[in-house]
Amino acid sequence: MYQGIRISGFGGQGVISAGVLLAQAGMMEGKEVSFFPAYGAEMRGGTANCSIVVASDEVSTPIVSSPDTAIVFNEPSLAKFEPAVKPGGLLIINSSLINSRAGRADIKTLYVPCNAIAAELGNAKVMNMVALGAFAAATGAMSVDAIARALPKVYKKLKPEVLELNVKALKRGAEFKLN
Amino acid sequence: MAEKKLMKGNEALAEGAVRAGCRFFAGYPITPQNEIPEYMSWRQPQVGGAFVQAESEVSAINMVYGAAATGTRCMTSSSSPGMSLKQEGISYCAGADLPIFIGNIMRGGPGLGNIAGSQGDYWQATRGGGHGDYRTFVMAPASVTEMGNFPHKCYEVAFKYRIPSMILADGIIGQMMEPVEFTTPEIDPAALPVPEWAIGVNKNRAKRVVKSYDLREGCLEVLVNERAKRYRQIEASEVLYEEKMLDDAEIAIVAYGISARVSVAAMKLAREKGLKAGLFRPITLWPFPKARLAELSNRIKKFLVVEVSLGQLVEDVQLSSCGRADVHLYARPGGAIMTADEVCRAVENIVKKGAKEYATAK
Repeated sequence: MYQGIRISGFGGQGVISAGVLLAQAGMMEGKEVSFFPAYGAEMRGGTANCSIVVASDEVSTPIVSSPDTAIVFNEPSLAKFEPAVKPGGLLIINSSLINSRAGRADIKTLYVPCNAIAAELGNAKVMNMVALGAFAAATGAMSVDAIARALPKVYKKLKPEVLELNVKALKRGAEFKLN
Repeated sequence: MAEKKLMKGNEALAEGAVRAGCRFFAGYPITPQNEIPEYMSWRQPQVGGAFVQAESEVSAINMVYGAAATGTRCMTSSSSPGMSLKQEGISYCAGADLPIFIGNIMRGGPGLGNIAGSQGDYWQATRGGGHGDYRTFVMAPASVTEMGNFPHKCYEVAFKYRIPSMILADGIIGQMMEPVEFTTPEIDPAALPVPEWAIGVNKNRAKRVVKSYDLREGCLEVLVNERAKRYRQIEASEVLYEEKMLDDAEIAIVAYGISARVSVAAMKLAREKGLKAGLFRPITLWPFPKARLAELSNRIKKFLVVEVSLGQLVEDVQLSSCGRADVHLYARPGGAIMTADEVCRAVENIVKKGAKEYATAK
C-alpha cells in the first residue's frame, strides 16, 4: 500500500497542520510515513504546501511529485496541483473558495465546501479537518478515527471542546461521497 | 523499544546532540537548518546548557572554539553559505585539536544559491574547506532516526581523536518529518572525565595552552605529523557503510543521504526488471570506505554514483576502485532531486545498453 498526498493552500489555512496530522495518524496505525513541507518564503496569506506519504513499505523520497491524492484549498493550488495528480488519483477541491471546476477526466474529483461547513460548526479554523474527513472516507487510506486519535498527539494543548469540534469537522467531511 | 515520535530531521539532530551531552550551542539563522537553533534555544536551558544566537556564523564557530577548549561538548550548525563562512574557524579548531561538532544542512550553491536541498558541499566537508592539512570526521545520515543517533558517534570520535566532527545532511533530510527512535544512550556530560588538555580554572596544575600554531623552527611539522597519525587511526577503525543486495550484484549504486534513499527504491525497481542491482551507502564520508569499495571493485565491474551535486562523490569512488570498474554518474545539481524511475533508467542504460561512463541525467 502506498498513498502519496499533497495538500496546498494559503498560509494560515492549516495546510501544514493537516499534513503533520496525517503523518502522525499513519504512524500510529503502524504505517511507514513521511511529511515534507515546502519551506520557501511561506507566510500567512502566501501559499503553502506539503507532501505526505503513508505506506506499508519504507518511504524512499518524501517529496510527492505525482500524488495519489491532492487536497487543494485555494485557486492557485488547483492550477498548480491538478496536473500533477496520478491518473486514477483523487483531487479534493475546497469549493467554498474555488469556483473553477477540475478539467481532467482521468481523475476522481470531490468538491467539498470546507469553509462553509467549518462556519456552520462555528469555527473557521476547522476547515482543514473537513477536507481530511473527506480524504479518509474517499480513499480508505486511513480512518476518521485514526485521524481523531492523532489530534491530541499533535496538538497537546487542545481544549476538550476544541478537540470535539475538530472531530465533528472530520465526520462532516467524511459524509461527502464520490459519485 | 522506545516509543516512536514524529520529528523533523533538524529537530532530531538537535535532540540527538543534547542526548550525546551537548551543553553549548552557538549559531546564526539560515534556511533550511533553522529548526536546529530554534530547538536548542529552549532545550539547552532545560538541561543546564547555554544557547547563543551569535551575530554571525564566524562569531558562532569561534564561540564553539572557546567552549570546546574547556572540554565542553559543544555544537554549531548552519547551511552551505554559512558553512563557507565558518571554514576559517574549523581550520583553527583542527589546528588546536579541538573536538567540536558541526551540523551542515546543505542547500543549493554556489554563492547564495537557493534554499532547496543539495549535496554540493561534499568536497568542502571531506577535503576541508579551510586551509592546511586537516581532516574532519564526516557522517551522512539518510533518515530522521540517523539524524537523532549520529551525534553520539560524532562526539565519541571527536573526543577520542581530538578532531572536528560533522553531520552532513541535505535540506530534505533536515526538513522532512518521519518517526524517530533514539537508540543511543543518554550522556550526562557532568559524569564524563575532564580532558587532560582542557583549560579552565587553574588550581595547582601545570599551565595548559590551547592554540593552533607553533612558530618555532621545525615544530609545526612534528605537530602536524603527530595529528596525521590520529587521522590514520581513524581511517583504520572508524569507517562506516551500509550494503544492500550486493552479493550477486552486477551493478552497485553508490549514494549517501537523500540520494541513497531514492537509490534504494531504484534498486528495487531494477530488481523487479531482472537487473542485478545493489546499493553501497557510505555512512562516514571521511574516512571514506575506500578499502571496502576497492574490494568490491574486484568483483563488481559497474558502479553508478548518484548524487545531488555535479560529480563530487564520484571522485572518491573512482579513487577507491582504481580503474578496476566502470564508474558512471547520475548527477543533479542542488535544488533538483532525482526520482527512483530516473535512477532505474540509468541502471538499465548501463547494464542493458552498455552505456559508457558518465550516464548522466535525462
